[in-house]
Amino acid sequence: MKYIDEYRSSEFVNRYVSRIRKTVRGKWNIMEVCGGQTHAIFKFGLDQLLSSNITLLHGPGCPVCVTPASIIDQAISISLKPGTMLCTFGDMIRVPGNDADLLSARGQGADVKIVYSPLDAIEPAKRLPDREIVFLAIGFETTVPAIASVVLTADRLKIKNFSILNAIVRIPPAVEALLKDPECRIDALLAPGHVCTITGLREYKSLVNKYQIPIIATGFEPVDLIQGIFAAVEQLERGKANLSNRYSRAINFYGNKYAQYIIGQVFDITDREWRGLGTIANSGYNLKEEYKQYDAKNRFDIALTKSDNENKCIVSDILSGRSNPSQCPEFGKTCRPGHPLGPMMVSSEGSCAAYYKYRSNDARR
Amino acid sequence: MRDDNDNKMVQCPTPVQQHVNITIAHGGGGSQMHQLIEDLFIKIFASEELKRAHDGAVFNGQKKRFAFTTDSFVVSPLFFPGGNIGSLAVLGTVNDLAMCGARPLYISAGFIIEEGFSVEMLNQITHSMKIAADKTNAKIVTGDTKIVEHGKGDGVYINTSGIGIMDHELDISPTSIEPGDSIIINRDIGRHGIAIMSVREGLQFETSIESDIAPLANSIIALIENDIRIRCLRDLTRGGLASALTELAGSSRLHFVLEERSIPVSSAVNNACEILGLDPLQVANEGTFILFAPQSDAEKALNILRNDLNWPEASKIGRVVDDENGLVTLVTILGAERIITMPAGEQLPRIC
Repeated sequence: MKYIDEYRSSEFVNRYVSRIRKTVRGKWNIMEVCGGQTHAIFKFGLDQLLSSNITLLHGPGCPVCVTPASIIDQAISISLKPGTMLCTFGDMIRVPGNDADLLSARGQGADVKIVYSPLDAIEPAKRLPDREIVFLAIGFETTVPAIASVVLTADRLKIKNFSILNAIVRIPPAVEALLKDPECRIDALLAPGHVCTITGLREYKSLVNKYQIPIIATGFEPVDLIQGIFAAVEQLERGKANLSNRYSRAINFYGNKYAQYIIGQVFDITDREWRGLGTIANSGYNLKEEYKQYDAKNRFDIALTKSDNENKCIVSDILSGRSNPSQCPEFGKTCRPGHPLGPMMVSSEGSCAAYYKYRSNDARR
Repeated sequence: MRDDNDNKMVQCPTPVQQHVNITIAHGGGGSQMHQLIEDLFIKIFASEELKRAHDGAVFNGQKKRFAFTTDSFVVSPLFFPGGNIGSLAVLGTVNDLAMCGARPLYISAGFIIEEGFSVEMLNQITHSMKIAADKTNAKIVTGDTKIVEHGKGDGVYINTSGIGIMDHELDISPTSIEPGDSIIINRDIGRHGIAIMSVREGLQFETSIESDIAPLANSIIALIENDIRIRCLRDLTRGGLASALTELAGSSRLHFVLEERSIPVSSAVNNACEILGLDPLQVANEGTFILFAPQSDAEKALNILRNDLNWPEASKIGRVVDDENGLVTLVTILGAERIITMPAGEQLPRIC
């Protein structure tokens, strides 16, 4: 497949593997921020090819994983109201809230529809004017332009029965929260390629300057990832801390200006609660005043429910890179994809799911 | 045996019926029900046993081993690129018989039809069943019809059972798999799941992907007749290659090692999976099987599959190693090794 196969070339990957082996002297912790990168690393077994001096930490870049349980509770409560339809990305259906998940709400008669794109939620709103259609809006900067354009579309078509339950987050403030943590073990970051296509690299440049850490904007195929890791190791061994773009076929420094413009039309930046990481300043998007009528929280009587339960899931340790999934005592035992204790075992980008699906035999035992 | 005309939509005249749609009266045991059975099912299936209109089919026994299996089909959508619920219901069951190493003989067909269902569609489905049965030389010899109220079904559900006979002495089962065996697949994976998904979810791809649905019994019989010492067979259905292999590794308590490079996946399926975030190893199939045979038979089996049976993509995808851990591992295209797990839920709910 054009633009895929060449980035999976084992010849290229192995060339970089041996360059890394020749370069590396110290012991380095490199965090790949995005869950899509984590899955690619395990799917292709890239981690096994690396020198034992390099430890990969798995970052918070999985929108499903960082959505608080209280948002799931609210989505369930909305979906169970008569006359409503809740539209959601498929991954969210089995994510546990504090007491239940959307799949069990569906079992109780709730109309929960899986959509592939936020725009798919507009069709039922047009078709069923007597019903309330709510889109569970989760995602990072990559998904926000599509959500913003749905709101603009609803506004243009004067659709009154559509709203979003908003849990959208911004990545750079969360990355900064990890770097600020006194226990931070991260020596270098692989920035999330897809998010950067929208945002550009400006915010990462200031993180590099402030925290003196190499940040490499990195893609998702094996050749992209190994190039990103090599660039990080090279900088670390030379004592440098620069911003580097190793996904230049998709990212430019300023990002996608039209997408940024649409986001700015519909959303303001706000503080946001992250599952496992708490409330992070400026890490979310809120609907602007003129679009507040599309906010499900204004439309439904969903009092803010209790905050997230404490359970045995060590999500905060994993999202911050302090532990890896196989160090969790519940991993593969009480917590499995069919019975997840936390969202990271459910999501197709969750690092627990990646460990469970691809990890070497030892981690399963 | 692959037949590229297998999957064309059947166009047959609908037998004379008073009704365009199925009514509750068609299940009432009266004249309308008899008319439906005679005009549609007996006429199309056309077996001597059905024509006798007895309570059951009676046939002569033979001093050989038999295989017996049953399966129910609740598919959405009822028609998909490459087939429909009728071809699926017959081929699903005869393929299960084939995987036991049996030659399919007789099939039963039970229909649960929703009131209001189109008689024309039922006619097409019935014809597809007959064509599918003919391809494997199996006969539909007994059946049943029930009608449920509108809203209490999903068009039509079909249950089929099948009986097959063993013309050989091989013990084809997971417990026969031995370390050193080769694992062979007849064709590229994932077509059925993607075909169903493209219709159900309204997804359009540049090239249309047809289901791989196909009869497998003739291929298995030919392999056995050519003295391939088959140890075990499994057709890949829901859960795909990953599910079938993890199940067999678990029950045989052996370790299967696959080579990612050798697993055939068409570029159309691969592209669709990349877009949708699916793993081709976990996507459903309906005319794809894996076989375990001693390594010394592998080349011969591949030759027969590719050249005599028209499965050009047939490939040796892995081997059984002497490590009693019940795991399946995959050597990735980069040369690293990772495990393969059974999919947690359905990638596609209610595929069949």
